[in-house]
Amino acid sequence: MSKYRITSILILLAILAVGYFVYATEVDDTKGRFDFRLGLDLAGGTQLTYEADLRDIPPNEADDAMSALRAVIERRVDVFGVAEPLIQIERGGIFGEGQDSQRLIVELPGVTNTEEAKAEIGRTPLLEFKLINQEALVNSFEIETESGEIISDEGESDTVVSVDDMFLETSLTGRFLKSAQLQFDQFSGEPIVMIEFDREGALLFAQITSENVGEVLAIFLDGEVLSTPVIREVISGGVATISGGFNPQEARELTRNLNLGALPVPISLIEEQTIGPSLGRAAVESGLTAAIVGVILVALFLIFWYRLPGLLAVLSLASYIVIMLALFKLIPVTLTSAGIAGFILSMGMAVDANILIFERFKEERKTGKPLREAASEGFSRAWLSIRDSNLSTIITAIILFYATTSLVKGFALVLGIGVLVSMLSAITITRTFLVAVMPKDGNRNHFLFGSGVGYKKSPDPETSI
Amino acid sequence: MFVVKNRKIFYSISGFLVLVSIIAMFVFGFNLSIEFTGGTIIEIDYIENRPTVSEIENIVGSFEIDPRLATIQAVGESGFSVRTPFLDDTTRERLAESLMANYSDAEIKRVSAIGPAIGRELRQRAILAIVVVVIAIILFIAFAFRHVSEPVSSWKYGLVAVVTLLHDILIPAGIFAVLGYFLGYQLDVLFVTAILTILGYSVNDTIVVFDRVRENLRKNQETGLREDFGETVGKSLSQTYARSINTSLSTLLVLTLLLFVGGEATRHFALVLVIGIIAGSYSSIFLASPLLVWIEKRNARKSS
Repeated sequence: MSKYRITSILILLAILAVGYFVYATEVDDTKGRFDFRLGLDLAGGTQLTYEADLRDIPPNEADDAMSALRAVIERRVDVFGVAEPLIQIERGGIFGEGQDSQRLIVELPGVTNTEEAKAEIGRTPLLEFKLINQEALVNSFEIETESGEIISDEGESDTVVSVDDMFLETSLTGRFLKSAQLQFDQFSGEPIVMIEFDREGALLFAQITSENVGEVLAIFLDGEVLSTPVIREVISGGVATISGGFNPQEARELTRNLNLGALPVPISLIEEQTIGPSLGRAAVESGLTAAIVGVILVALFLIFWYRLPGLLAVLSLASYIVIMLALFKLIPVTLTSAGIAGFILSMGMAVDANILIFERFKEERKTGKPLREAASEGFSRAWLSIRDSNLSTIITAIILFYATTSLVKGFALVLGIGVLVSMLSAITITRTFLVAVMPKDGNRNHFLFGSGVGYKKSPDPETSI
Repeated sequence: MFVVKNRKIFYSISGFLVLVSIIAMFVFGFNLSIEFTGGTIIEIDYIENRPTVSEIENIVGSFEIDPRLATIQAVGESGFSVRTPFLDDTTRERLAESLMANYSDAEIKRVSAIGPAIGRELRQRAILAIVVVVIAIILFIAFAFRHVSEPVSSWKYGLVAVVTLLHDILIPAGIFAVLGYFLGYQLDVLFVTAILTILGYSVNDTIVVFDRVRENLRKNQETGLREDFGETVGKSLSQTYARSINTSLSTLLVLTLLLFVGGEATRHFALVLVIGIIAGSYSSIFLASPLLVWIEKRNARKSS
């Protein structure tokens, strides 16, 4: 058997194997690594875009701050409990030159109680470390932190001093806190909270502790006192433990709040999208229907018009679809409704490459070449056309990918991959099939290799195509 | 040859359509979606009892939103979409609640809130993307056809391609301006995506014809055949008809399907693509090649 025929059979087997992979990973009910990922507009869910105010951060630390922010938000999302959330940093401005503001995009598939999500995730609690203002303390008798007022017991008039006045701010804030951990003291077994600052924080912390041994360093979360530990010694390593009479519950809460509260920069919500699940489901169904019917129609058209080569094109198209689906699972590509539209569009383009080859093949036949040679020649000449015309689509897809929002990125990715794969499938699959099917030295104008509606016995010089 | 001989008719038709589209765009303006203007959209499905427009208007009015800036539209058979300028979180929440308050079966289908800054940025990005794609295409064609300098220089091929591309996007844009005005169709990010796709796709068609012209020119050079450029182009056209039409047909088939069977979300998207691809096929056959011939004739006249 000729090498083309062997290769064709191998290709068919390979495609069947890939097809089985696609089928198997989709049909089994458990959530696998290879399931299709659905974008928000198909699965329903919420997308929140936060803008981070980087004005107080020096430019070279901006990226770090954003990563830290992302990590905190990720923790919060975890606590909220979302399957497969997506949290991404995006730069503002057209080319990402917006240094003053970078964005965090949070996608929560399946989450429809947006208000809850926003409350949980978008809080901007501020963690602050403050020292007690000694002067104010002298005149006070009682601290009432709930009302925020301190009423002086001594002195002529009631001097009301606010909590803010009681404390002196330091520049140590949540920005510098790397983590907080719940631990148990080795000796006493009591719960303690171990906190760790980053390098800068460690330096600040060392400075504050060295100047204020024996003083209270109050920890504020959102303007409320969280804890008021006393500085026992100079701490220069950036790691400290807060201890003193916590029960495990209190220690756990403190740890959690410290971790959640360590937002490096203030954020504000600038964009919000919520898609109800019913809308998404409808979109998936209609997208699927359109795709399936589309394939059937195109297949019918191809077979009707191009007959045997048409059948080959259908096989090639089927291979194309199978390969694309497998790629969607492996890369993975998140499917949106625009993405499905792009996939459908690329199927049309995959057919294009095949048509180009067939038309060339017919032309070569007209010059009287034997079938197999005509096929080969037809292919080589068509290739230039295919390459150049598809390249322009690829360029467009690349530009689309970089220039726009995530919704469109999905489309661009599908389109770009689609064009590449269609070129590949045209070169390898269609070509191999086409040449393989030809009888070796055949030269007859067989009905199966003609095209169009009529059947011409001999090439008609008048109608050039 | 038919096309080349009657080229004046064909480019007049194109010119006319483009002119009408441009006028439409100026007269009707673009109905931009909130992605480009910023704002809030709340879409609610009232499964059983749909309130009347005035009831919704009252609710919206009670929030002190300028009625001229709020758009209320019926969606499908049982839904409403309420579009307002950007509202802050709490207001938006309360509005959504009020809209659902007395209707036990109401369900929020979708809520979108986009700050004006993002809207502006997206507008700029969209325009930039279009400009970049157009430039990239000119460069690409000029490069791909760099060896073809006679009788029309290679960059002119690029120029002709761009003219046909502009034709291909101005017509859907004009149609959507009209649809936007009369039927409320919105220009959103998907519209821009569709336009960009048309750009990339339509140039495919044009390149196939140019590619054939290039090949025939080369063959003529090799065989020493002296042929009127118009004849060469005409010949190239007739050689590529079937392929052009069949490809567009298969893509159109699939897209029309998407249009009718596909979901709400992609319906308008599919419509833009269908219009654009029809315009694209038309322009590759009836506009691009005649323009090439016209350029060549002008060059010939200038030098003689």
